Order: sequence, then C-alpha cells, then structure tokens
Amino acid sequence: MPATTPSQTVGPYFTLGLFASQADELVEPTSAGAVRVTGRVLDGAGDPVPDAMVELWQADEGGRYRGDFGWGRSGCDADGRFSFTTVKPGRVGQADAPHVVVMVFARGLLRAVLTRMYFPDEEEANAGDPVLSRLDDGSTLVASSVDGGYEFDVRLQGDGQTVFFAV
Amino acid sequence: MSRTIAEPFETVADGQDAGQPPYLYPDYRSTELRAPKRPLVILPHTLSELTGPAYGHESIEELDHDLTRQHDGEPLGERINVSGRVTDSAGRPVRSALIEIWQANAAGRYLHQVDQHPAPLDPNFSGAGRCLTDDDGRYSFVTVKPGAYPWRNHPNAWRPAHIHLSLFGRAFTNRLVTQMYFPGDPLFDFDPIFQSVRDADARERLVCNFDYETTEPEWALGYRFDVVLGGPAETPMES
Repeated sequence: MPATTPSQTVGPYFTLGLFASQADELVEPTSAGAVRVTGRVLDGAGDPVPDAMVELWQADEGGRYRGDFGWGRSGCDADGRFSFTTVKPGRVGQADAPHVVVMVFARGLLRAVLTRMYFPDEEEANAGDPVLSRLDDGSTLVASSVDGGYEFDVRLQGDGQTVFFAV
Repeated sequence: MSRTIAEPFETVADGQDAGQPPYLYPDYRSTELRAPKRPLVILPHTLSELTGPAYGHESIEELDHDLTRQHDGEPLGERINVSGRVTDSAGRPVRSALIEIWQANAAGRYLHQVDQHPAPLDPNFSGAGRCLTDDDGRYSFVTVKPGAYPWRNHPNAWRPAHIHLSLFGRAFTNRLVTQMYFPGDPLFDFDPIFQSVRDADARERLVCNFDYETTEPEWALGYRFDVVLGGPAETPMES
C-alpha cells in the first residue's frame, strides 16, 4: 500500500490558482428550485476568516449523486462569508436526511476540514439520519432558514465548534 | 415511539497520524485560532463519501498546463517540466483527475494583491495552471522554478520554494491540497509548514525528485512528483 501524500495549507494566495472560473452557482439563480446557501467561516475568537475557501458536494434534487452536477467552490469576503446558488438535494437513501458535504480550506488549516450541512426544514428526516442522530453536537450541522435559502456558519474552533469528520 | 439508541461514532484526536500534519501546530502561528480542538468523528462511507465530481476534457484548454506560454513573451527563470502520477492508496491510477497549481514567479513573488514582497512581478508569468490526469494517472506541467519568499510567521521567516497543488480524486473526500518542494532546499529545517508533518518519511513525500528522463536537452530540467490520494479507495464506477 503506497503511503498517502501529506496535506499542506492552501495558503493565502489560492485565488490565483483556484478561481479562474466562477464555480459558486450550481444552478442559475433564476431557475426553479434555486436556493442560496450562505454562511460565515469563523475562527476560535469568533472572528471571520476572510481568506477561507469553501467547497461543497451534493446530490441533485432527486437524491442522485452525478458526476456532472453537485460541486461548487466559493471564496469568502471580508466578513468570512461564502455564498452558493444551488438546489436543495433530495434524500439519497431511505434513511439519509438531505445534506450537503462541505469542505473548508484556509491559510492556517494544514488540512481541510470536512463537515456536512443539514436542513432545518427536515426535522423528521434529520432525527432518523444515521450520521446526524448519532452526534452529540449535531445541531452545529443544521443550517438555519433565511429569506431565499439557508445560512450555515462553520466555526473552526471554540464554543459551538462545528463537528468535523474523518473518513 | 421506540428508537434504537445508537452508539456514538469513533473519533480520532488531532495529530494521531504522523503522516499528515496536525491541525494545531503552534510554530505555524495561523493554526492557533483556526485549528479545530475537538476530535474528528470517523464517518462511515456512504455515497456522500464515495462519489465526486467528474471533469470533462472540454473544461481544460490546451495550454493550461504550460505556465510559460500564457503571455506574449517567456517568463524569466529556470524552465522546468513537472510530471508525475496520481494513484489511490491501493496503487491504482486516478484517471481524469483535475490538478490545479499555483506558484510564485522565479523571484519569489505571487501575482496576488496580498503579496507585498518587494521582488519584481514578471509580466510574462501569471503562475497558475491546470490539467487532467491521463488513463494511467499521469500529468505534466511546464513552468519555471519558483523562488523562495519571506513571510511574517516569525523573524526572518522564509518559505522554501514550492508549487501549490490541488487535486480531486474519484471521491470528493479524496480531495487533497498540498505543496510540492524541491530537493535539498536549505530552508526545510526552518519552515513550520513543511515541518508540521512530523514523520520524516512523510515529509519526503512532499519533495519532488530530479528526473533525468523528463529533462529535455538544451531546454528544461525535469522533476517528478507522484501523489497518493488517501480516503475511501473503492472500486471506481465505470460509466
């Protein structure tokens, strides 16, 4: 078994290499079912992380993971805010609540953090989700509803730290 | 309503894997407020962890892999070929994997507004490229060797010369962002980002090898950098 290549931080200059084309609109903002997923990346002092990059991976509205849909990338602004236009994914399996896989990269993160965003309007599905229901602090993974979509803050450290995963 | 009470997931504490950097590495000061402090929760592998985006060749321009031909003139510096192979942790090639790179120019300056290092920008060098791996997982770039540059982590701090790489595997959770260094760099011992990988063998996996085979006579030196992606390594779904 070959040993894996270590991760290194994305550093402060990643926009140079990773933002040649816009990737934060998975669907047209005017299309049917379009929702805005936004939020802030916050550090252990509660301050915004303006030089973070957020990527997401999700199933389509029918709950299918497809090679040609479902990935997005957004930078963060001075408030640490990222923003995507996407659709709410369907349920992938009978037990799984709808969710979006989220990865955050930043200067100061030697490895990306991996998490999931769940939806606030799926209480019943969330209660039965085989991942979310087994977490003590799963509430950190549930977005809140805002006008036109959902808000999901990622707290890297400190009170209310987001649950991060290893695979 | 009866509900089975499920056992909590296994967790893994930060820094358990000496082959990967920890989140918290105080010598690299920016980790202090950004490193998660709670153990990572080990996820079962569902479709969310086993699938990922696919990239078509149409999304890559023919010269995207050649950073020396993006402007009217040629960039200054030492022209190099950087090539290698991307495999999964079972040793199988990762095909059609998107690799994106970015780097400083030969003088150690990034074309980025945040970079205030008083070294010259090169009007013929942007420092970004991309390519897809072939059916054997192979990739290649043409670029110039980046220079070392100072940063403010500690007094007289300098980053060893490096190229940033971002890679996608078959699954989104195979995703890797790393940095490729050059052999024998005297700054290795002083660089907390490189040293954050505690295992010496693992650090060596961040250093490319001089490669005589891809060195072109009277044109460019060759360096080889193979990448092994971790994470779930299931049999790929063939379409």
